[in-house]
Amino acid sequence: MMLSKTGTMRDAYGEALLELGSTHPNVVVLGADTTGSLKSGVFQGKFPERFFNMGIAEQNLVGVAAGFALSGKTAYAGTYAIFVPGKCVDQIRNNIAYPNLDVKIVCSHGGISVGPDGASHQQVEDVAIMRAIPRMRVVVPADSVSTKSTIIKIADIPGPFYVRLTRPTTQIVYEGGFEYEFGKAKVLMEGGDVAIFANGIMVPEAVKAAESLRSGGTSASVIDLHTVKPIDSETVTRFAEKCGCVVTAEEHNVLGGMGSAVAEVLGEKRPTPMKRVGVMDTFGESGDAPALLKKYGLTSSHVAEAAETVIKMRR
Amino acid sequence: MEAAQEVIRLKETARNTRKLILESLAEAGSGHPGGSLSAVELLVGLYFHVMRYDPKNPVWPDRDRFFLSKGHAAPLLYAILAQAGYFPVEELMTLRKMGSRLQGHPSMGIPGVEAPAGSEGIGLSLGVGTSLAAKVDKKNYRTYVLMGDGEQQEGQIWEAAMSASKFRLDNLTAIVDRNGIQQDGLTEQIMPIEPLAAKWRAFNWNVIEVDGYDFSQLLDGFELAASTRNRPTVIIAHTVKGKGISFMEWSPQYHGTAPAKDKLSAVLSELK
Repeated sequence: MMLSKTGTMRDAYGEALLELGSTHPNVVVLGADTTGSLKSGVFQGKFPERFFNMGIAEQNLVGVAAGFALSGKTAYAGTYAIFVPGKCVDQIRNNIAYPNLDVKIVCSHGGISVGPDGASHQQVEDVAIMRAIPRMRVVVPADSVSTKSTIIKIADIPGPFYVRLTRPTTQIVYEGGFEYEFGKAKVLMEGGDVAIFANGIMVPEAVKAAESLRSGGTSASVIDLHTVKPIDSETVTRFAEKCGCVVTAEEHNVLGGMGSAVAEVLGEKRPTPMKRVGVMDTFGESGDAPALLKKYGLTSSHVAEAAETVIKMRR
Repeated sequence: MEAAQEVIRLKETARNTRKLILESLAEAGSGHPGGSLSAVELLVGLYFHVMRYDPKNPVWPDRDRFFLSKGHAAPLLYAILAQAGYFPVEELMTLRKMGSRLQGHPSMGIPGVEAPAGSEGIGLSLGVGTSLAAKVDKKNYRTYVLMGDGEQQEGQIWEAAMSASKFRLDNLTAIVDRNGIQQDGLTEQIMPIEPLAAKWRAFNWNVIEVDGYDFSQLLDGFELAASTRNRPTVIIAHTVKGKGISFMEWSPQYHGTAPAKDKLSAVLSELK
């Protein structure tokens, strides 16, 4: 697989919103003083009457988005991940998920790759929080290409979504294009020795890990499990069965995230040896993204190492 | 003379609303009488004089919107909606029971209920959203939000207040049921919210204070709110917790204690 190009998920978010502005007159966009950073501000340039900056008041941001949805709008609302799932869990639960409203919460700056801002800004619990809320759907796109497709496609899937983006420019996995399919994992590489499920920026790391494993004679499957909820349990069990061991890789606490979701599926449907790569239930710190990802165990070599360990656990 | 007759009609509806609240709560065996009884006239005025809606078509796009932010007053909202024709009055006796549509706090699926409620402080933001949507769609429906006075302690109320004045939401009217009492005691002892009118004025709202049991003051207030341009209005309605039942009035205990079933007829005999 080629990983030669890079892209920024936030740019893709802005581009997707611009397209939706033209194709979907019911779309409104709300931000909270980070609209320049999230690139949702480009929507304001073209559709000022459907753009609302709510200031540094995230709970109101969520509630007002719900009010729009109650009036027949599809509301895209977001800011940095650290300021929404944790700070607004009550509003998300009671104002959006319980009444099943058409609000798409899109947050950037998920994970530890936020970098120098430090632990207060590094959201590593959001997938766990959002996954636990009934009716909420959770998507963690792998790159800018899939981000754009995801943002556009979910406009036509009624009900609440949480889409988690990352801050830095990252490697493009889907140079050849990507069409978001709701709840359907994307198989990137097929191999028989180990199945690696990844999402977010860990997808390119998983691809690199699989390529390095291949040079050592190990063939790995790599699956982009972008939609954590509802989880594609068919694909998860099929690849667990095919390979006999599983690695999960996510830029999130290993407690409650995608790895936990995979473990839940396999524990009930097909118990399989597995290793989770992720943030080991700890807070981050300031640093540049590559250094942090290395220190906190979120690189291709950590994925490859986990694969080698879990292969030895196969029955 | 016509106005006087209208007030007589509204007073009769208020009396019947109190009766339905108490009967449904006694049947349920739990729930919140105090804050339901205090705000009866506020909702009777809205639903039976002010608001435009169609109970046969609860999702009529041009209807006025009402959000109950103080969700524990569900028995009041249900009694009002039943009398307005959204569902049979007899259904009120299923309140809080397994399998009933009438959940302990408002939820979707009850005809006439616009949004779930129960977590304090989050309802005004919904009203800001529907008011903004009305502006976007160039529709002239109005949005009303009933808040408790205890929930003025929630920070999100003030986030919503700030945003409503930023966007000049003159199609939004908030009402504060200023009954002075919250679950643990007096608001001014638990966490003082005064000077309340000055707070709302400082957030650039049009503030109207009324006696919550004087229909002519109330209806004038709603009219003034509707004719005010470029600013949202808050009506601070001075009320009495547990209004109408002597032992419930001014009693924090009856914030969340239902009347006993075997005492119901004595309780109802107090209603004037």
